[in-house]
Amino acid sequence: MFESIQYWDPAAQFVLFSALKILVVFGVTMGFVSLAVVAERRVSAWIQDRVGPNRVGIPFTNIRFLGLGQMLADGLKFLLKEDFTPNYVRTVYFWLAPAITMIPAFLTLAVIPFGSTLGNSSNRMVIADLNVGILYTFGIVSLGVYGIVLAGYAANSKYPFLGGIRSSAQMISYEIAMGLSVIPIFLLVGSLNLGDVVGYQSGGLHTWLVWKQPLAFFIFLIAAFAETNRLPFDMPESETELVGGYHTEYSSMKFALFFLGEYANMIASCSMMVTLFFGGWTPPWGASAATTLWAGLGHVAWFLAKMIAMMLLFIWVRWMLPRFRYDQLMDLGWRRFIPMALFNILVTAFVVALWQR
Amino acid sequence: MVVDRKSLTWWERSYLPAIAGGFRVTWRHFANTVFRRKSVTMQYPEEKWVMPEGYRGAPYLVSDVEGHTKCVSCQLCEFICPPKAILITPPGPEGMAADRPNAEKMPREFEINMLRCIFCGLCQEVCPEEAIFLQKDYSLTGLTRGEMIYNKEKLLKLGGVDTGVQKWKQKLDEAREQEVFPVLGA
Repeated sequence: MFESIQYWDPAAQFVLFSALKILVVFGVTMGFVSLAVVAERRVSAWIQDRVGPNRVGIPFTNIRFLGLGQMLADGLKFLLKEDFTPNYVRTVYFWLAPAITMIPAFLTLAVIPFGSTLGNSSNRMVIADLNVGILYTFGIVSLGVYGIVLAGYAANSKYPFLGGIRSSAQMISYEIAMGLSVIPIFLLVGSLNLGDVVGYQSGGLHTWLVWKQPLAFFIFLIAAFAETNRLPFDMPESETELVGGYHTEYSSMKFALFFLGEYANMIASCSMMVTLFFGGWTPPWGASAATTLWAGLGHVAWFLAKMIAMMLLFIWVRWMLPRFRYDQLMDLGWRRFIPMALFNILVTAFVVALWQR
Repeated sequence: MVVDRKSLTWWERSYLPAIAGGFRVTWRHFANTVFRRKSVTMQYPEEKWVMPEGYRGAPYLVSDVEGHTKCVSCQLCEFICPPKAILITPPGPEGMAADRPNAEKMPREFEINMLRCIFCGLCQEVCPEEAIFLQKDYSLTGLTRGEMIYNKEKLLKLGGVDTGVQKWKQKLDEAREQEVFPVLGA
């Protein structure tokens, strides 16, 4: 039955393959999100001399399976909790905000090349092979802030409101630093298409852009921490001062959407970093587009391995550094990173202009 | 009190030494927990605390070395119990006799409501027969309130055997020796 697909007209094939890729990417990302939650809990436990959730396995047996059943248990818990809507919230926005937080996180994954091909060279492993890939990403990422601001506004309560205000200020300022930090990459590569960025780095470990642009990577990494509201920049949440920040009033699945959105954002920014600085799907010894199915799957595996390593870094940093003070955060963003990023653009532009003539 | 702020050097203000220090500390703890298994967590239901001597846990009735009930149904514990957790049903005028010689009676029923008990130890202190002791159980569970009222049978089973003095055994032995003629050592 599969042979007949190649006789379909290209548009139908495109729709079919795109739908398949969307389904797989969505499913895998959701799986990784719940895995990331468990990983977060285990890693935090290990760093704090504890054990972490290691019990939940297959129900009614003694098979524990490293506590991975916790993924399902957490999800089930969120689904079964009471979905409580407090009085005096602005109901429409209250319902809208979790979705607006969650959706952009997944949309950014569309332009990320997570593999080369699966043997068939016409079918590249990226959902949307956009020529303006990175611009699309920044456009979508900046939508993410609306969900949080809206949640803070809709809750009609002072702590979520403070959280929303903080997050809007923080995310807008760090978006600038983030956007400026990647410009040198595109000066070097000469294209905004993320597939071309990976192609530029496909020569192996020494061609990875992290060596040529360490400063850009550094700024991007820190800005990614700020954009995903992770410690040391989790001002919008800051449990200890704002109760829970923008999601204080949320419960059940609506809260879970914020939670999933946060981790999906993490996955998206880790994928973006892997693509921009660590050679995307290419193994460290370099590779060109795969010609067989297994080589293609190997490339996807390399991408996932790099992404997981970045995720572990994110998780690790959360348990390592205390929260920044708000003014220090703003100071760091506006007075350190933006000038540094501008300086980096200038230097790179000069170097490119002089050497690549 | 004035705390003088050390002015940081340029290198310190870049946050980098603090980040490196953070990595070092967290890595040390991570490695200790993961590779050398030095976590502070106790895997509770499988491992339990070792209770120190003199710990006041749940009060249980004890039997003597011959397996007899030591309690003589004097009801002192019932009267002294501050939260009124103990309820003793005495045998009555023509109730059952004690299951050991030289004791007048034993309780027909002896109930401790573990939901009321405050583990104060006054029952143990007041008992003239050393029949009730605070033992080392601290995790008492049940599915209903009724289940948490421990009856005599359960209390005796949980209490086990007390190897201490058998107060009335000595009296009995003395009395028996009185029966023997001629009296030894007289």
